[in-house]
Amino acid sequence: MKLLQDILVLDFSQFLSGPSASLRLADMGAQVIKIEKPGTGDICRELYVSDVMIEGESTIFHAINRNKLSYTADLKDPDDLFKVKQLIAKADVVMHNFRPGVMERIGLDYNSVKQIKPDIIYAAISGYGAEGPWKDLPGQDLLLQSVSGLTWLSNNNNENPTPMGVAVVDILAGTHIAQGILAALYGRGVSGEGSLVEVSMFESILDFQFEVLTCYYNDGRQLPIRGAVNSAHAYIAAPYGLYKTNDNYIALAMTNIPTLAELLGCEPLKQFSDSNDWFARRDEIKKVLADHLQQQPAAHWLGILEAADIWCAPVLDYDDLVKEEGYRLLEMEVTVKTSKGVSVTTTRCPVKVDGQLLLSAAGAPMLGEHNEAIEKQFGISNQLQGLPE
Amino acid sequence: MKGLPLQGIMVLEFSQYLSGPSAGLRLADLGARVIKIERPGVGEAGRKLAIKDLWVDDNSLLFHTINRNKESFTANLKDAGDLAIIKKLIAKADVLIHNFRPEVMGKNGLDYDAVKAINPRMIYAEISGYGKKGPWKNKPGQDLLLQSMTGLTYTTGNGNNGPVPFGISIADIMAGSQLVQGILGGLIRRQKTGKGALIEVSLMESLLDFQFELLTTYYTTRQQPKRSHVANGQPLLSAPYGIYDTADGHIAIAMMDIHVLADTIGCCALRDFDKSEAFSRRDEIKTVLAAHLVNQKTDYWLGLLHDAGLWAMHVLNWEEMTNEDAYQSLGMEQEIDIATGKTIITTRCPIRLDGKRLMNRRPAPKLGEDTERIKEDIW
Repeated sequence: MKLLQDILVLDFSQFLSGPSASLRLADMGAQVIKIEKPGTGDICRELYVSDVMIEGESTIFHAINRNKLSYTADLKDPDDLFKVKQLIAKADVVMHNFRPGVMERIGLDYNSVKQIKPDIIYAAISGYGAEGPWKDLPGQDLLLQSVSGLTWLSNNNNENPTPMGVAVVDILAGTHIAQGILAALYGRGVSGEGSLVEVSMFESILDFQFEVLTCYYNDGRQLPIRGAVNSAHAYIAAPYGLYKTNDNYIALAMTNIPTLAELLGCEPLKQFSDSNDWFARRDEIKKVLADHLQQQPAAHWLGILEAADIWCAPVLDYDDLVKEEGYRLLEMEVTVKTSKGVSVTTTRCPVKVDGQLLLSAAGAPMLGEHNEAIEKQFGISNQLQGLPE
Repeated sequence: MKGLPLQGIMVLEFSQYLSGPSAGLRLADLGARVIKIERPGVGEAGRKLAIKDLWVDDNSLLFHTINRNKESFTANLKDAGDLAIIKKLIAKADVLIHNFRPEVMGKNGLDYDAVKAINPRMIYAEISGYGKKGPWKNKPGQDLLLQSMTGLTYTTGNGNNGPVPFGISIADIMAGSQLVQGILGGLIRRQKTGKGALIEVSLMESLLDFQFELLTTYYTTRQQPKRSHVANGQPLLSAPYGIYDTADGHIAIAMMDIHVLADTIGCCALRDFDKSEAFSRRDEIKTVLAAHLVNQKTDYWLGLLHDAGLWAMHVLNWEEMTNEDAYQSLGMEQEIDIATGKTIITTRCPIRLDGKRLMNRRPAPKLGEDTERIKEDIW
């Protein structure tokens, strides 16, 4: 039995934060129905990236929405809204990522939905929460990275504030809302009661920084300073960072400096024997190390360091990565198929259950592809017919 | 009045550092009772791992941050008597989390099959670095190394930079998050079937999943995504997406129509580019934009952009952020009572339930603090 067998999720959300959460719920066995606006649907359908498309559609839409169904409804049309409310009566989870007030205006806020389905798990993702002066601002990944201090943690100190190059805020908010939904579903199994689950992108990206923010709150509120040389973490001592060799880059994690000096045959590094200096003088140490490592290729250094159990790794790009046996054995790539017969290769769910990968061959739905099937499955009628018996 | 959703759930945490313990922390915040199982005398290695040499007591501030709201039980797993007690605890627990290398739990007779034989309802959850097979299975599961091996370091920084890592332990945190989802899914199924589950996550798979948009695009073209050379925000995205210098600081500008942007900020030169070139000529477009934005202060530009409904924002450091009403209205900081009668401040759980923030003042446990009490309870 799948973990979320027989759980019905109505997902009103768009782009990445909400849909990435419902993707994971789908992977775990829930039936996820995207409720989309007729004509346009989830705006992500047309969010083309990198000038790449799959049969005229966005690659990222396919990645985020595989294994889901699509039901179109104009929530401003009373007849469509009537149908959606019948679906809600059968659902376990309703989720959305509209700005505060939107679901209230439609009449699908938590209290209204609870009238229809008293034990509903109602999950909402916002940008900045439902209160405060920024509540109506767009919850967009780069902007949240920028206001949360996150951009002052990556890259070298002489570089501009540097955003993380993946939509980390969306993805974290998605994992947090999924955690809240799942905990609430478990709680419902015990108490019989539903819940309101709320996450904001702002709170999620602060939680992500919990280790270093706690440091800031308790150290007299001193701002972090990124290293000047090969910076990988503003709070970690040398040699932590990525280093250019005479061919590729290598990564060095926390390591004792004299041991490293000995192994690498780096005389000038030996003077840094006091571990208190490894943070305070990290730029000097890393400069010495960086100069030394330029002399030989990556494989040479990694051979020495791996044999001595030093924490190190090659730095790979995707072209390098996919050639590695360690990557191929993970079977991370899966090919899904849309109803039009288009194949899309994407990544699978990273969670394994009872030793099995969670796989589904179903691709992303076409807009409104499942209206008829869903209405049939749940016995949905239109307003003129009245509610089914 | 219902309590927290995981009330009544007992979690045994055989974990160290961040990935496993961050999962334990989330479960604790959601109401579970989380007991760290630690080695007598030393405890989990994270107790002695400090950043900026910040200590609360015998333990680092970092340890306190990750392990608040938990209990500690010490046991030497190589001692038959201690192991027998652990097995009694296992019989009563709902969830077991570990992040040891694949063979370590087996050596102690606590692999999944052994634990399942004691408690068939157990949700047994484990985090490895690279999975359990293949040439990497014994490599150290350390965050920076995983970032380096998964291609992540080529997403951040400008195209002319070398690879740039994320300055936060993203692999640990993503793996911890995925593990929590799997555990909760296992508990939900157990309510219906009465049976436990084995939940496995690796840092590697979690970081690949994290890059699923980039990787799916890569699988389609098999072309390594390139970082923009100017103000790179995300390799897949067109101009103007990125962070730019202004006359008095920086500004973040997200996705928008470049012609609307040109008109809004009075940058005629941007009109020379066709909208269809926003990706293919992004470095040229961003160079033109950068030269224009540096002429005025951030607030000036934000005034124009926000009036036009365009997506842009300040770039703040923590001092500036914590002074904002928008930050303060979140109530994200919480006080923790530490044993010495003082308090420390940390962040709370980011999830709100039924309109309430999940707060808990309970500190991280001293090593073995709860051992005797727990022993009395199980006998």
